[in-house]
Amino acid sequence: MHKKTAFSFPDEVLEHVFSFIQSDKDRNSVSMVCKSWYEIERWCRRKVFVGNCYAVSPRMVIKRFPEIRSIELKGKPHFADFNLVPDGWGGYVFPWIVEMAGAVPWLEEIKLKRMVVTDESLELIAKSFKNFKALVLSSCEGFSTDGLAAIAASCKNLKELDLRDCDVDDLSGHLLSHFPDTYTSLVSLNISCLGSDEVSFSTLERLVCRCTNLRTLRLNRAVPLDKIANILRRAPQLVDFGTGTYAADLRPDSYSDLAGAFSSCKELRSLSGFWDVVPDYLPAIYPVCSKLTSLNLSYATIQSPELIKLVSHCPNLQRLLVLDYIEDSGLEVLASSCKNLQELRVFPSDPFGVEPNVSLTEQGLVAVSSGCPKLQSVLYFCRRMSNEALVTVAKNCPNFTRFRLCIIEPRTADYQTLEPLDVGFGAIVQYCKDLQRLSLSGLLTDRVFEYIGTYAKKLEMLSVAFAGDSDLGLHHVLSGCESLRKLEIRDCPFGDKALLANAAKLETMRSLWMSSCAVSFRACKLLGQKMPRLNVEVIDERGPPDSRPESCPVDKLYIYRTVAGSRFDMPPFVWTMEDDPSLQLS
Amino acid sequence: MEGSVAYDNDLNLKATELRLGLPGTHEEQQAVSSSTVRNNKRPNGESDARNETAPPPKAQIVGWPPIRSYRKNNSQPKKTESEGVGIYIKVSMDGAPYLRKIDLKVYSGYPELLQAVENMFKFTIGEYSEREGYKGSDYAPTYEDKDGDWMLVGDVPWEMFITSCKRLRIMKGSEARGLGCGV
Repeated sequence: MHKKTAFSFPDEVLEHVFSFIQSDKDRNSVSMVCKSWYEIERWCRRKVFVGNCYAVSPRMVIKRFPEIRSIELKGKPHFADFNLVPDGWGGYVFPWIVEMAGAVPWLEEIKLKRMVVTDESLELIAKSFKNFKALVLSSCEGFSTDGLAAIAASCKNLKELDLRDCDVDDLSGHLLSHFPDTYTSLVSLNISCLGSDEVSFSTLERLVCRCTNLRTLRLNRAVPLDKIANILRRAPQLVDFGTGTYAADLRPDSYSDLAGAFSSCKELRSLSGFWDVVPDYLPAIYPVCSKLTSLNLSYATIQSPELIKLVSHCPNLQRLLVLDYIEDSGLEVLASSCKNLQELRVFPSDPFGVEPNVSLTEQGLVAVSSGCPKLQSVLYFCRRMSNEALVTVAKNCPNFTRFRLCIIEPRTADYQTLEPLDVGFGAIVQYCKDLQRLSLSGLLTDRVFEYIGTYAKKLEMLSVAFAGDSDLGLHHVLSGCESLRKLEIRDCPFGDKALLANAAKLETMRSLWMSSCAVSFRACKLLGQKMPRLNVEVIDERGPPDSRPESCPVDKLYIYRTVAGSRFDMPPFVWTMEDDPSLQLS
Repeated sequence: MEGSVAYDNDLNLKATELRLGLPGTHEEQQAVSSSTVRNNKRPNGESDARNETAPPPKAQIVGWPPIRSYRKNNSQPKKTESEGVGIYIKVSMDGAPYLRKIDLKVYSGYPELLQAVENMFKFTIGEYSEREGYKGSDYAPTYEDKDGDWMLVGDVPWEMFITSCKRLRIMKGSEARGLGCGV
């Protein structure tokens, strides 16, 4: 019991003050001021973000925050996106839904990333949360259109259904027809990842017509171009639109119909989709280009001249996703036309080709870095790079927060000097003091890690592949990067020494992934024994690690901090190293 | 208990003694540094990829370049389906607790595919005949095609199969026998 002094506010006042504090970090800080603040804060926290679903149990979360309205969970490690995490590893959302169904009936929003979601989970959501408003599934799998249909049919107050890059079983259930005729609350719908699901166009048009608050609509590839005009005319208030396939045999009048429909959308700021683009029809979007802030052309297999024309119509572009068909020449035009550009992602059109199929090199990146002063976030796939270019880019863009470079061939040296790219990436971390995320590629020695450990003090996430010479590299990163939360490494010669020497660091991070490295089973066991608040998971499809000598390297290693102990849902190819209380460091 | 003291010494002495020596100069684990690239899914295993002088052939490294699979499938125009992009499908077996994924492009024909699946799930499929399907075991390999129908593996030419197969299911028991007996 604490005494209320004349200086303490009534709880309601504090609660009101806290309601203005939305960020998780700040909320966490507030809760640590004193016990009474902890108590007040936990009853009025409405949103919880759990970056690793195995770091804490659903029961613990709900016990502490009984009145949440929104939960965000992340499951599999990032490298699952590239097939490095075997199917069945985990990340099941069902136990969370079960707990919340009972204890948090007023839940409104569920956001999941890289989790396994079943139809059973979706049906339970549909049944349990009467005021359910938003479902955002990002890179999830395990469910079909049947589960989604349950959500559509039952959730009267649903505002948002956003399926981003999910692997959905298309059972052709005509998802949209499950929204009742009386349903009008839709604000955001993203079904772009639904593969072959046939969309009934009349159903879609009626849905769009009656949902007058619709702001975001991203269709899937199955919707042909000649249907777009009707949809747009029924939703002139749209802010974010994703086309289906951008190809058809348009008659001249349907082309002008399309152009007219686009121009009626005065609020449109973001466009995406554009599968199978027929370049002749692109000018239909010119009427909206001057106001566009975001453009995703990463599925548009059109060549540089068309891309250049398009991009030069968009002076207010802040975000561009595009294939490397844009080439250096197109990036130069981008640099001169789009002075507000903040984020650029260039994807490879032919990732497995050995020879370059387009003329996209480090020059394009340099041009954009030079011409776009607000550039903060870059993802760039290319086939050659030089230290000189990277140093130039670093000096041009000290405001980078995210820099991810993928030189397609592993261990590619500086094409001019044949040296490693240590100095180039070193410049990036030295000049870009606010860098939060970095992905490395090319030929790199331990030196680059020394630079990173020395300069990258705000770095939170680092991705490393085919780099480094010895444990010293890993040691530099673990001992130097004060803000590091996520580290993912593949195919590097990092072994036991650096890992064991920096064991305590791992508890300050969300997770560490190492695959095809040189960490022995013995070291994993030791780490697991000594660090009770870490789950040390050995993932090995070759069979039990103790069927091989202890000095043998494990195939894949995933280490994460947790207050929930070992998990119970591991498949046969995952082993969690056991705690041994007698061995704990005092 | 005593054994772990040895580990402690290992940790205290060697782990903190970080030297700038060349890799492999004093560790029993140094043998692993040369085989860090392992291509689990390639039958013709790639040799030591640290050999930088020889540019590697077109054999793919798992998960590299780091592009998500939906992007690989969607961004290519139809003609490049025959080039380097993998065809990953899920494989389920009745009774197994979890599914697997394989890349059909890796195999050159049915025998290789079936052998791989047999190895993966540790069982034997019978012998295929056009008339009677798979005889000699309790299992029948089936697949779901583009139309959503479940078909017996092996009836159509291989090239047609890999473009129309959406997922594989190893059926077991009476269901399987029903399929094998020719409808």
